[in-house]
Amino acid sequence: MRFMIEAEGISKVYQDGTEALREVCFEVPEGESCSIIGPSGCGKTSLLFIFSGILKPTSGKALIEGKEVASPSREVALILQDYGLFPWKTVYENVSLGLELRGYGKKERQEIVLPLLDDLDLKDFANHYPKQLSGGMQQRVGFARALALNPEILVMDEPLSSLDALTRETLQNFLLALWKNKGLTMLLVTHNIEEAVFLGREIIVLSPRPGRVVKIVKNHNVGEVNYRNTEDFFDKCREVRQSIEDGAT
Amino acid sequence: MPRSETEHRRWSYLIAGLLLIVLWQAISVLLNSIALPTPLTVFYAFIAGLKDDLLSHLLVSAARVGYGIVLALSLAVPLGLISYKKGADKIITPFIYLLYPIPHIVLLPLIILLFGIGDLSKVILIAIIVFFQILVTTRDAARNISTNYIYSLLSLGATDKDVYKHVVFPACLPKILTALRISIGTAIAVLFFVESFATRKGLGYLIMDSWSRMDYPDLYAAIVSMALLGFCLYVVLELVERKVCAWVYV
Ligand SMILES: Nc1ncnc2c1ncn2[C@@H]1O[C@H](COP(=O)(O)OP(=O)(O)OP(=O)(O)O)[C@@H](O)[C@H]1O
Ligand SMILES: [Mg+2]
Repeated sequence: MRFMIEAEGISKVYQDGTEALREVCFEVPEGESCSIIGPSGCGKTSLLFIFSGILKPTSGKALIEGKEVASPSREVALILQDYGLFPWKTVYENVSLGLELRGYGKKERQEIVLPLLDDLDLKDFANHYPKQLSGGMQQRVGFARALALNPEILVMDEPLSSLDALTRETLQNFLLALWKNKGLTMLLVTHNIEEAVFLGREIIVLSPRPGRVVKIVKNHNVGEVNYRNTEDFFDKCREVRQSIEDGAT
Repeated sequence: MPRSETEHRRWSYLIAGLLLIVLWQAISVLLNSIALPTPLTVFYAFIAGLKDDLLSHLLVSAARVGYGIVLALSLAVPLGLISYKKGADKIITPFIYLLYPIPHIVLLPLIILLFGIGDLSKVILIAIIVFFQILVTTRDAARNISTNYIYSLLSLGATDKDVYKHVVFPACLPKILTALRISIGTAIAVLFFVESFATRKGLGYLIMDSWSRMDYPDLYAAIVSMALLGFCLYVVLELVERKVCAWVYV
């Protein structure tokens, strides 16, 4: 089994002395999906930034495809909850930005972006600005921008947390389909236990700050939309909730 | 912006203009003094002035303000934008706080000493005053850019230059333009000040000259020209703003 993402004892202490992460270890095999859950401030965002090449760990190693992460790479797409989209760029400009930064020509960008917008039901909004769209649509634009670079790994920081329950469920289904159809490896930070269980083959539970791995919950039956309604799903949710409580004491 | 709204704004400008003229007429009739001629008298003086050299004075003034603003912008904007980096901000901030509160007009003797008595020192004095207003605003805007925007961009593989181009500059642009609009009033006031001595060109000179000759219609014609100059600058700025900051107005 090939590991796509590996955390080898990652610790992060910020310059002001804040210890955010301590000795975090886990790995995610290629094509698998992994949820990370933990109390606010336990270092989840910091961990994702480390895997995105934006932040350096104080000690330990973050590996992507066996190589230590040194700078942002195009294999890894980062999706943030808010602020991910640039309000001063149209939907089209937002989605094609990654390609532009990587030196794609205008024509090539069009050939990639237009079908993608079509896929995500955003075609009619190409020239709209983000604030003219609903929250759910904005987040779809965020996904489109991440997918434009054809990444192998999606790293997401609470991507759905500002959405209403229904939109949220729709986009959870969308992510599930994305994961299954494109063979992407996913790392998903969420505050929502049901979401973590619905989308993660493994659920990593972190302790309060400094974040350490409390438990890794295996979740083999993930992968179907109606998993939500099964007894097993509720059992897993209970197990995750229990681990979070254990970690807090 | 919808068409009707544009139309609406045009009308409101027109109505405001008319009201001011009516008010002016009323006051001049009430005062009945040569120190406040009626709008019509001034209008004739304005037309006569246009046939004479009013236009060339107006152009000289416009150039002085224009160069001053461009010079200020080209220095203040880059300096303000780099403040999005905490390190750079720490270096720049003390200078701003020490230099900003000085009434920059008192620098005039120094500027004349350095740049002579000609157009250059006039432009530079205007530039210095506008410079600080724009620098302070740009810096505040740059410091308040959410780091998430920058992280988002970096994760897409951006270089330092890209960060300015795609985040820092566009995020600050609306604030820069607002600062510029506020600065126009100041710039015109400084323009009057620098043109009131050591020159025989410009609206400021014209105002002082007609005043000393007690030629009130000419005096007001020059004042009206100055107001028109400011108004045109506002309009141009507003058009630019609606074009380059369309996202703010949708
Ligand atoms: N640049 C920084 N400098 C100093 N401390 C920081 C910095 N960024 C984050 N921290 C601190 O590190 C800790 C972890 O932050 P992080 O944002 O990674 O947590 P999180 O788990 O994502 O929290 P949340 O669930 O609220 O999003 C917090 O205590 C935070 O205050
Ligand atoms: Mg976070």
